[in-house]
Amino acid sequence: MTTPVLEARDVTMRFGGLTAVRSVDFTVNSGEIVGLIGPNGAGKTTFFNCLTGLYVPTEGTVSYKGTVLPPKPHLVTKAGIARTFQNIRLFANMTVLENVLVGRHTRTKEGLWSALLRGPGFKKAERASEERAMELLEFIGLAHKRDHLARNLPYGEQRKLEIARALASEPGLLLLDEPTAGMNPQETRTTEELVFAIRDKGVAVLVIEHDMRFIFNLCDRVAVLVQGEKLVEGTSEVVQADERVIAAYLGEPFEGDPGAAEAPESAAAEAGAVADSTPGTTKGDVQ
Amino acid sequence: MISVTETTKNPSAAIAPRGLIPLPVSAARALLLVGGIATAASAFLSWTWTSEFPGDLTVTGYPGGLQWLTFTAGVLTALFTIASYGVRGLGWLLPARNNAPLVLLALGGFGTTWYTVIAIATKLDGLANLEPGGWVAAVASLLPVLGALALPEPVGETTKDTLKAYVAKPDRISAPAPTAPWIQRAAITVVSIIGLGVFTYGIDTEYGELFVGYLIVVVFALWAMHTAGLLDRFSHIVAANRSFALAMGFVAAIAFPFTQTDDHYANIGVNILIFGTVALGLNIVVGLAGLLDLGYVAFLGVGAYTAALVSGSEFSKFSGVQFPFWAAAIAGAAASLIFGVLIGAPTLRLRGDYLAIVTLGFGEIFRIAVNNMDGQSGPDITNGPNGIPSIPDLSFFGFNFGNPHDIAGFTLGRFANYYLLMVLIMALVVLVYTRAADSRIGRSWIAIREDETAATAMGINGFRVKLIAFALGASLAGLAGTVSAHVTYSVVPNPYQFAGSTPPNSAFLLAAVVLGGMGTVAGPLLGAALLYLLPEKLVFLQDKSLLAFGIALILLMRFRPEGIIANRRRQLEFHETGQLDVPDTETLSDEPAVTKAGA
Repeated sequence: MTTPVLEARDVTMRFGGLTAVRSVDFTVNSGEIVGLIGPNGAGKTTFFNCLTGLYVPTEGTVSYKGTVLPPKPHLVTKAGIARTFQNIRLFANMTVLENVLVGRHTRTKEGLWSALLRGPGFKKAERASEERAMELLEFIGLAHKRDHLARNLPYGEQRKLEIARALASEPGLLLLDEPTAGMNPQETRTTEELVFAIRDKGVAVLVIEHDMRFIFNLCDRVAVLVQGEKLVEGTSEVVQADERVIAAYLGEPFEGDPGAAEAPESAAAEAGAVADSTPGTTKGDVQ
Repeated sequence: MISVTETTKNPSAAIAPRGLIPLPVSAARALLLVGGIATAASAFLSWTWTSEFPGDLTVTGYPGGLQWLTFTAGVLTALFTIASYGVRGLGWLLPARNNAPLVLLALGGFGTTWYTVIAIATKLDGLANLEPGGWVAAVASLLPVLGALALPEPVGETTKDTLKAYVAKPDRISAPAPTAPWIQRAAITVVSIIGLGVFTYGIDTEYGELFVGYLIVVVFALWAMHTAGLLDRFSHIVAANRSFALAMGFVAAIAFPFTQTDDHYANIGVNILIFGTVALGLNIVVGLAGLLDLGYVAFLGVGAYTAALVSGSEFSKFSGVQFPFWAAAIAGAAASLIFGVLIGAPTLRLRGDYLAIVTLGFGEIFRIAVNNMDGQSGPDITNGPNGIPSIPDLSFFGFNFGNPHDIAGFTLGRFANYYLLMVLIMALVVLVYTRAADSRIGRSWIAIREDETAATAMGINGFRVKLIAFALGASLAGLAGTVSAHVTYSVVPNPYQFAGSTPPNSAFLLAAVVLGGMGTVAGPLLGAALLYLLPEKLVFLQDKSLLAFGIALILLMRFRPEGIIANRRRQLEFHETGQLDVPDTETLSDEPAVTKAGA
């Protein structure tokens, strides 16, 4: 249960003189949902891009199930890490089904010759791909919209479709970059259930998110990234209680500020509110 | 047909359903019918006194030349008007039950008749050259237009503009009644025959005026059928009988040279096919993979030069070598493939505009290099600007392509032989295109076109699939080039340039793809046919043809950016009409999707 799926060792990413990510060690174990939070500009997405091969880390290594990942996005996907994007990047003018079929690319082999000759193997592979894609569309609840263009789906369904497309590559680890950005509370809850269901399929999940309620409900472990460095890592309770995290999000009161006396209290109240507002939705009753 | 409701209180809106010209509906329709018949009848009169105007319009008693076009338009107008009365048996002509087809057909007849009359007056210097018949025709063809504009036109939600409503296709057309398979096949057969007839007529037009009149009638008639919903119906039938329709199209293409008595028109046919084949190859690169290639004609040149070098021509560097055609075709395609990979490997790492610029450069490099490989400025391979002349004709098993052959009573000349060969190659290319497009590799091309970063994140090796698209497109162009070398007897560097006034050149090829419709099979073929015929037929435009062509392209991009034949995807991309291809019941379901997850 606790074999590491993803291991990032000492990952550093520099853009010229700017260090966006500074020697971050990070592990995701199988069957885990791990959250990655941090204020805006903390380097979360940069770190994500290092994991998926879009950026080549300046220093450090990323390995998946023990093998070091090659620095090419398509090879990373082939190895078993799939991702979604912070701003939705579906193939807007392809149908819902075609989008998921593109996700199957690494798990099928048929090249140009087999497409031109159309042997029995080709037909079998196409049928199998379509069946698998339809299963995934059933899973996320979009099977009835298989022939719609992706661009015409409502926002929430586009997010879901992006997840289905990522799952089509049969990943061992799914990276979600702000999956609930712009969603209403109801949609967020559906996404939460979807992520649990994905975990139950045996896929480890790493989530970046700003919605604290979402992340603390969902994750077995949460890591906090501040200014490119990992500040804390631990269970939801540990992270929520950590004063440095609160300070990173809300800022620290400086000496002589007229409201200095109240600031820590209001910060604590904020944190408390985050924790208190979600007593009913523990993981137990969702599953 | 359309009930006039008096519920609107706004006076200006109340006028709109009555039509632009205030006439009762019955009078308007009568005017259309009478006008249509009168237009058709006027074609039997004498329009001018001298046969100096081509087509001999001097005879009273039967139509000639441009009069046939007026006659056709008049008959079509009358036929559709009768159908609009709700006559049993003609209802299928107007599935959408709208008036737009009547307006367009009336305009088509008006356009071609008035064009003829004006052309007579300008060509022979003065209105005095018109016989009374010409005046009758002009007035008769105006009647249906007046009638059509008096017809009420509902102002729909999407067509608020009154004038636009007259030529717009309604958003909703009632579903067709199910038809028996044999009726569908008969419909496809009839349409193939009509299509062949119309296409043959266009190619056989002997003078520019006739071609212009032909274009006016064909454009308006097709537009009318489109607004009537007939084209949609037909494409549904084709989709249901795909292989039969393909076979019929193939048969119609083969039948073309048998309808020709003059080999000159078969020459036009074979050139259109070569041009169309290359455009279809370019469609893989541009339409599917989204790579803007401005030097594509170079691959046609590589194929042509390869075929010329191994053709056994005495001017070839390897004059002793004479490959059989299959070997020459493979050699030409392979040489183009190698060039495609050589050019693609360094350039495909670029995106967008940069790729376009670099391919443009490589295209020019090919022409200049071939120009210089004459033994003085470079190695002696291509004879420089003189090219490789006197390429011998092909010969299969004693069937010499250079000689006329009698088949079943028809004489097939040299170009007709090559035409039939090109039909086979075209069929092969269509097969390659459709199969490649509908597969894993085709999907990855489209994904790359849509969003390269996301496609790579989905596990697609972008460079590799782009290189495959580039190489496949190149080898198809090379294949067409091997035939074109034999058709034209000689290969010279000049035609393989970026832009020129005659096809093929890279600009025309790209225009054929964009104009016809990117990502479709029929689009580039239609675009190629149009772009080849226009400079060929409209000789009087001469050096202004590029200007006219540019204006036409701009107009098309303004009003129909997806091309003449729209890819389903593109149509939805450019017109925010929602889902055309999905039943209403599904699009309108607003209930939250039932998620299995979490259950």
